[in-house]
Amino acid sequence: MAPLLNINGLCKSFGGVIATDDVNLDVQKGEIHAIIGPNGAGKTTLIAQLSGALRPDAGTVTLNGSDITHKPAYARAKLGITRSFQITSLVMGMTVIDNVALAVQANDGHSFKFIKPARKIHRIRDKAMKSLEKVGLNTRANDLVSALSHGEHRQMEIAVALASEAELMLLDEPMAGLGAAESAKLVDFLTGLKGQRTILLIEHDMDAVFALADRISVLVYGRIIATGLPSEIRANKAVRHAYLGEE
Amino acid sequence: MDYTLLFVQVLNGLQLGLLLFLVASGLTLVFGILDFVNLAHGSIYMIGAFICASLTFVLGNFLWAVLVALPLTGIVGYALERIVARNLYDKDHLDHVLGTFGLVLVLDTSAHILWGPAGITVPLPLWLDGQVELFTGAVIPVFRLLIIGTGLTVATGLFWLVNYTRLGMLIRAGASNRTMVSALGIDIQTLFALVFALGAMLSGLAGMLIAPITGANIGMGGQIIITAFVVIIIGGIGSMKGAFIAAIIIGLIDTLGRSFLDTLFTLIMNENAAETAAPAVSAMMIYILMAVILAVKPQGLFPPKVR
Amino acid sequence: MNNLTKVGWVTVMGMIALAILPPYFLLTGQAFYMDLATRLVILGIAAVSLNLILGFGGMVSFGHAAFIGLGAYAVGIPSYHATWGGFDLIASYNGLLHLVLALGVSALFALITGAISLRTKGVYFIMITMAFGQMAFFLFQSLDVYNGDDGLTIDVRSELPFINLDSPMQLYGLSYISLVIAMLLVKTIVNSRFGMVLQGAKGNNERMVTLGYNTYLYRLAAYVISGVMCGYAGFLLGNFTTFISPDMMHWTRSGELMFMVILGGAATAFGPVLGSSVFILVEEILSSFTIFWHLPFGLMLIGVVLFIRGGLMGLFKGKGK
Repeated sequence: MAPLLNINGLCKSFGGVIATDDVNLDVQKGEIHAIIGPNGAGKTTLIAQLSGALRPDAGTVTLNGSDITHKPAYARAKLGITRSFQITSLVMGMTVIDNVALAVQANDGHSFKFIKPARKIHRIRDKAMKSLEKVGLNTRANDLVSALSHGEHRQMEIAVALASEAELMLLDEPMAGLGAAESAKLVDFLTGLKGQRTILLIEHDMDAVFALADRISVLVYGRIIATGLPSEIRANKAVRHAYLGEE
Repeated sequence: MDYTLLFVQVLNGLQLGLLLFLVASGLTLVFGILDFVNLAHGSIYMIGAFICASLTFVLGNFLWAVLVALPLTGIVGYALERIVARNLYDKDHLDHVLGTFGLVLVLDTSAHILWGPAGITVPLPLWLDGQVELFTGAVIPVFRLLIIGTGLTVATGLFWLVNYTRLGMLIRAGASNRTMVSALGIDIQTLFALVFALGAMLSGLAGMLIAPITGANIGMGGQIIITAFVVIIIGGIGSMKGAFIAAIIIGLIDTLGRSFLDTLFTLIMNENAAETAAPAVSAMMIYILMAVILAVKPQGLFPPKVR
Repeated sequence: MNNLTKVGWVTVMGMIALAILPPYFLLTGQAFYMDLATRLVILGIAAVSLNLILGFGGMVSFGHAAFIGLGAYAVGIPSYHATWGGFDLIASYNGLLHLVLALGVSALFALITGAISLRTKGVYFIMITMAFGQMAFFLFQSLDVYNGDDGLTIDVRSELPFINLDSPMQLYGLSYISLVIAMLLVKTIVNSRFGMVLQGAKGNNERMVTLGYNTYLYRLAAYVISGVMCGYAGFLLGNFTTFISPDMMHWTRSGELMFMVILGGAATAFGPVLGSSVFILVEEILSSFTIFWHLPFGLMLIGVVLFIRGGLMGLFKGKGK
C-alpha cells in the first residue's frame, strides 16, 4: 500500500547546524506514527518542513502521491495536512467557537464572502460545535480563548485540528504541560481517533507514546536511527543507548 | 555627456548619502537594539541644527559650535529616552509610532517657539567657505569635502564601535538577548539610554553639517525622517552595513536623478514631456527603488539574523 | 440586538447628534459649526476606512492620507482642465466621472502599494506604507501643471444628479449618509467570513496559514477596500474644501488619521468617528487659543498612547480585561 506521507532524503541546516539530516520516513494511512528523540533532535523543525512553515534544503515530501515539497503552507493545508503547535497557537482575542469555526470555514470553499454574517452560517457553526463537544469544550464555546486554562488550550488545539478535517494531523507535543489525569484523557481521546485520522505525533511523554503509537521513529541529531513497532523500539540497543538510556 | 558635471554631482550624491547614513545609523541602532521605532529621530536632527546655529553666533565659530552642540544633542536624546521613549518600550510598534509622532509635534513646535518660524542661516568661517578646483572645471565647495570626510570618519568609527569594542559587543548581545545581558550584571537601562543618546548625537551631527548649506529650519526633520526610513528599509532594519550601502545608493540616485533625468528623458520623448516627467519621476525614484528591492527581498538587502 | 450595550448607546446617540446638530447650527446662522461638522464627518469616513485594516486587520498603514489626496485630485484635475483646457480625456465637471476616477485610482494605488507592502510585516509595513504615502506627496509636489506645492483651487464642484454640492446642507447630508453607509459596510465585512479570516490573521497569522488560508490575498483585498473607501472620503473633501494641495497627503496627515482611530478606539464601529470628532474639536479649540497649539496637542497624543488603553470607546466598556 502506498503511504499517505512519504519523506525522502529531507535535509535542513541553519548556518552550519544540521537540524534535519537525510530523513526518510513513511506514514501509512490510518496509523499513529510517533517521533521521539531527545531535546534538540530536530523534531519541531521536521514538523515545520512538513507543514510548509520551513523550506527544506534538499529532499522531497510527498502526500498521497503528489509532491508537495515546494507548496506553500496554506496550499498544503488544502491538500489535507494540519498541525497543532507545541506552544499553543490560537487566535487569543477571539472566542473559542470562532477559532474552531475558522478551521471549518477553511474547508468550505474560499472565504472572499463579504455579506452574510459568518456566525449565522449553521453548517459551519454546527461542525465547529461538534468538534468542541468531542474534546469536551462545548460549554466554553463563547468564552474568549485568552480566558481558558492551559489544559483547555491544548484541548482546543486538538479541536481545531479535528475541525479542519485534515487527513493527516501533525501533533507537536499535544501533552506538553498537562497533568497526569489530563494526559490520560487525551490519550483515550486520540486512541478513539485511530483508523479515522492519520497522526504524526511528536511527544515526550513515553507512556503516552507507547500507549498510542502503531509505529515509532527515533530522531537523534536530525537523523532517524530506528523505525519500528513499539516493541522493537523498546528492544533496540542503539535507541536505548542514545535516548531511553538517558532517562 | 559632461563628465565634470557628473563628477561634481557624484560628490554631491556622496555627501547626501553620508548625511543620510548619519541619520539612518542612529535610527537603525535604536531599532536594532531597543526594538523601538522613533519618528522623532528627524526632530533631533532639526534640534541639532538649531542648537549648532545658535551656538555659532554665541561662540563666533561654526566648528566650536559643533563641538559643544554634539554633547548637548546627546543630552537631549538622553532626556527624551528617560522621559518618553523608556515608557514605550514594552508597548507595540503602533504605540511607538503614535507616541513619537506626538513627540515630533512637541519638538517641532518647541523649536518654533524658541527659534522662530523663519529658520536660521549659519555662517561658515572664511577658510571653510571657499571652493577648490580639483581639476579643470570641477569646482567643489571646501565645506562639502568636510562633510564627506566627517561622514566617512564617523562611519568608520561606528563600524569599529559595533564590531570591535566591549560596548559594541554588549550592543549586539542586547539586540539578541536582553535577559542575558541583564544577567551579566550590566545595567541594561543605562545601556539603552546611552544607545539612544548616541543615536541622537549621530542624527544631530547630520543636522549640524547640513545647517550651513540649507539653514536650520522647522520642516527639515519631517523631510529627512522618511528618507532615512527608506534607507533602513532597503538596507535591512537593524543592519549598520545595510544602512551605509543603502544611504550611499539613495544619495547618489536622488542627486543624479534630479540633475540628469531630464537629459536622459529627452532621448526617448520630446522636450516638453521630458520637462514634466523628469521631476515627477525623480521625486519618486527612491521609492520605486525601494519597491523593486522589497519585491525581491522583503527584509531588505541585509536582513537581521535574529528576529 | 434588543438590549443596547453602553457602547451601542454611545454609537446611536453620537450618530443622532451628528444628524441633528449641524443642520441646526446652519439654520440658526452658525455656518462655522456646519463647516466643522462636515470636515469631521468626511475625516470620519477616512478613519472608518483605516479602522478596517488597522483595527480589524492589524495592518498599521501609515500612508492612508495618500488616498484622501488621490480622491481629492480626482475632483481637482478634471475640473481644472474643464476650466482651463487640456487633457480632453478627463476634462469635465461630471461628478460621476470624478467619482469613478477617485475610486479607480485609489484602488489601483492600493493594489500596487499593498501588493508590495504586504509582503512585509511589522515595522517594515509601517515604514513602507509611510514611504509610499510620501511618494504620492512628492509626486504631486513635483507636478508644476497643478501648481505643485501651492495647490489647486477647485473653481467648479463635481456636478452630480439630484444633489447640489454647492449647498452646504446637501454636501453635509451626502457626507453624513456616506459615513453611515461606510460604518455599516465595515461592520458587515468584519462579521462576514472574509472578516473572520481578516481578524484571525491579525490575531495569529501562522495559525491561519496552517489552516489553509492564503492570508496575503485576504489582507490585500481588505487593503484595497480600505483604500477605495478612503479615496471616496478624498472625493468629498475636495468638494468641501475646494482647495487641494499635496499637503493633504503628507505623512503627518496619515499620522493624524491613525491617531483618530486609536484615540476613539480601534476595532470598534463608532471609535474612529468619535476619534475624528474629538480630534477636530480639540484642534479647533486649541488653535483658537494659540498658534503653538501643536505643542499641547502633541502632549495629549503622548498621554493617550501612554494612559488610555482601547481609546475613548474603551472607557465606555467599563473595566473589562
